[in-house]
Amino acid sequence: MYRIGIDVGGTNTDAVLMNGDAVVHAVKAATSADVMAGVLAVLRQVISGSGVRAADLRAVMIGTTHFTNAIVERRSLSRVGVIRLALPATQSLPPLSGWPQDIAAALQVDSHIVGGGFEFDGREIGQVVAAEIHAAAESFADKRIDHIAISGVFSLINDAQERQAAALVREVLPLARITLSSEVGRVGLLERENAAILNAALGNLGQSIMTAFTSAVAQAGIDAPFFITQNDGTLMDAERAARFPILTVASGPTNSMRGAAFLSKEQDAIVVDIGGTTSDVGVLQKGFPRAAGTAVEVGGVRTNFRMPDVYSIGLGGGTRISADFERIGPESVGYRLHEEALIFGGRTLTASDVAVAAGLADFGRREFVGHLDRAGVDGCVARMQDKLFAAVDRVRTSDAKVPLLVVGGGSVLARARLGDLAVTRPPHFAVANAVGAAMAQVSGECDRLFELGTLTREAAIAEATAEARQQAIAAGARPQTLVVVDVEDLPLAYLAGNTTRIRVKVVGELLLAE
Amino acid sequence: MSGRWRHEAPAPQSAGTRGSHDPAPAPALPERTLSMRTIDVEHIEAIALGASVYGTGGGGDPYVGKLIAMNMVRRHGPVRLVDVGTLADDALVVPVALVGAPTVAIEKFPSTGQFIGALEAIEKYLGRKVSAVMCAEAGGLNSTIPFAVASQVGLPLLDGDLMGRAFPEIQMTLATLHGIKATPMALCDDKGNSVVMDTVTNQYTERFVRSLATDMGGSACTVLYPMTGAQARLATIPGSLTMLQRAGETLIAARRDKRDPVAALVELLGARRLFEGKVIDVQRVTAAGWNRGTATIAGFHGEGHRRCQLRFQNEFLIAEVDGAAVATTPDLIALLDVETGEPVTAELLRYGLRVTLVGFPCHPQWRTPAGIDLAGPRYFGYDVDYSPIDATAKEA
Repeated sequence: MYRIGIDVGGTNTDAVLMNGDAVVHAVKAATSADVMAGVLAVLRQVISGSGVRAADLRAVMIGTTHFTNAIVERRSLSRVGVIRLALPATQSLPPLSGWPQDIAAALQVDSHIVGGGFEFDGREIGQVVAAEIHAAAESFADKRIDHIAISGVFSLINDAQERQAAALVREVLPLARITLSSEVGRVGLLERENAAILNAALGNLGQSIMTAFTSAVAQAGIDAPFFITQNDGTLMDAERAARFPILTVASGPTNSMRGAAFLSKEQDAIVVDIGGTTSDVGVLQKGFPRAAGTAVEVGGVRTNFRMPDVYSIGLGGGTRISADFERIGPESVGYRLHEEALIFGGRTLTASDVAVAAGLADFGRREFVGHLDRAGVDGCVARMQDKLFAAVDRVRTSDAKVPLLVVGGGSVLARARLGDLAVTRPPHFAVANAVGAAMAQVSGECDRLFELGTLTREAAIAEATAEARQQAIAAGARPQTLVVVDVEDLPLAYLAGNTTRIRVKVVGELLLAE
Repeated sequence: MSGRWRHEAPAPQSAGTRGSHDPAPAPALPERTLSMRTIDVEHIEAIALGASVYGTGGGGDPYVGKLIAMNMVRRHGPVRLVDVGTLADDALVVPVALVGAPTVAIEKFPSTGQFIGALEAIEKYLGRKVSAVMCAEAGGLNSTIPFAVASQVGLPLLDGDLMGRAFPEIQMTLATLHGIKATPMALCDDKGNSVVMDTVTNQYTERFVRSLATDMGGSACTVLYPMTGAQARLATIPGSLTMLQRAGETLIAARRDKRDPVAALVELLGARRLFEGKVIDVQRVTAAGWNRGTATIAGFHGEGHRRCQLRFQNEFLIAEVDGAAVATTPDLIALLDVETGEPVTAELLRYGLRVTLVGFPCHPQWRTPAGIDLAGPRYFGYDVDYSPIDATAKEA
């Protein structure tokens, strides 16, 4: 069964065409400002290079950094209206608390805290009052805001109020695009609300990117569904991705780590993904990226997504090197490598030029770097190795000789050894992220509080597992392949009674037509 | 003994010149010569960070407490931090605190009327006005929340607390050791319901508060241990909020100057490095009202065979290295990220974290037989004797 995996990065767009577990063909191209044209071009390249007919493709999986970059660069963001169902509770910490000024300003948020919310045991703090929701919606209408985030205290226990409020907003704004916090976040009101607000802000962009992907896939002659990879390395369909673009923000590093695991057949390893601008270092545990233990900021905004624990340094193929070879980055020429680097006839000394001059790599025009001072080049290469090894050593948890996988377009910067570790570059290392996207699975998750009175802990976990499985099946998983990958339970400290928070995650293979 | 409780005055500084703008934190301890200084939004970051060090794994999400304090100080103005020595003997001073489950604290933030409701209830019951508020604990959420309250009601905040750390139960205070009751105590929920209770012992108070907090939706604002200025001089640990600020500033400055944050903090606190390694296992026990369990940490590099067991009940209470206790409650045990020095809470403990475990001495009053009865290892159900960290660490 043929499928294509694509990774749209800030610098490069990679694509692989796979037949089952085998890579048939891979291509790498510069990311284009025109999303549709860029994706269409790599699709055509990879299909024609593979000799496979477009009609024989069963699925296209796309990983994209568009949404992360939009948040980080504060561009293409929509204005957002926020309704928090909580009064009388929570006034001490209103929406947007702790946000950096610039992104708060970019979103021009109009926020309203109104009656509602639930207690931890499911009682209502307050009821939803139609007049209050209507007034908030009128305020959004006045400000021409049609992207709305609705949050509520303990809405993960019961999302009825959030849904009720959404229906009331639609009475005033029938075309409003509404994100419910219970759809995008986990326990922790502020972080979940932040995720909902960011998701709402990405509304227009999500729509236009998905439209671009849809027409690229269609114009390439592919009659098969396409999917978007999300933070945990699993898939969602285009319709869901258009509604929940925020769920893609950490998919880049996840895809490259999952791809490295797949290509190398290593389940436990350190992965260094060297791109155009940065090197991302993470740890694979049982084939999945090790998750960050604490809250993760996206563009300075705190969220509580389960994201891979990645340490990034400013070293990639496009990293600028000072004329005396002393300073390495952190600035990068990024996607302009093919215009600006010396080996491509440009005028900027980059890490790629140094690698070619040192004989680590052979691409571009080697004669254009022949004049570089040999001692300077060697010293610079040595310093790059030191930087990479320091990053590896940082994520390493013991002095055991773990496999070290180096992937990504810039991976030529690494020598055969980093410190005491031998470097493995798996086959197709340059497009590991696209392979990770192509091989992505489908997941389902349940994270909520259970009252352990009449219910035993085991019964509660079983209930959570059933919910997670249902979600995964709804997302397109083949039921018989579903396995539980994570169970976590955390009793609610300090309270009488026995309420516990249970989180279960299942993953399985995507169900596709043969 | 560590320098933590020494009270020699450092070189006097004027109130206007110190704070987080100092290029480097002075090595000296709280300025006992100062009777009043002002805490503004920019100081709260460091105080909250220090509070999570002293939170010793518990005490609730320091991030939420920090943001609430920042919001309220931004809204209502800076807080006057006063020395316990400035209080009149008969002044009424009350600790204010949030009680309840940390998970509720990250979902249902307090209403703005909740603390005022609790303060008004206690004033009505006692028939007199409160002169100053204070922190019940120096650690976690409850050492930043009182800044929000003080700012909102315009009362001074006492630079001190009743524990010198965080503990999970209401009776675990120096006040209990001095026979000061936690009641009359007022609780107020987000809806404005308030309850004033008067109990026979602080242990009863603890029981009633738990069930009331549950009925109030898992969290309540409280005013407790109402005491006179004279009592506060006996039962509070003076300068403890300044110490939190100093601890936070030390971590922030070390990170900024690319020095080792853990080393800088260890030096400031007179702490012992107990173990360094990676968390390889976390066992949690479901027990009513407790986040209880044991974490196992494996040594790094050449120490890979060594194991540290860290036992917690909300807070970290016992640390054992290769089977021998190296730190025991009521001494303080903090778990810090190896690189950043960021404190790790028991709730966030998970496989793979790279940590340095440090221990530092509790207030001497905790080391009396009564103090050990109240908050020593046996109270928490561990079959271990308390052994002062200064002594155990030397043997280890």
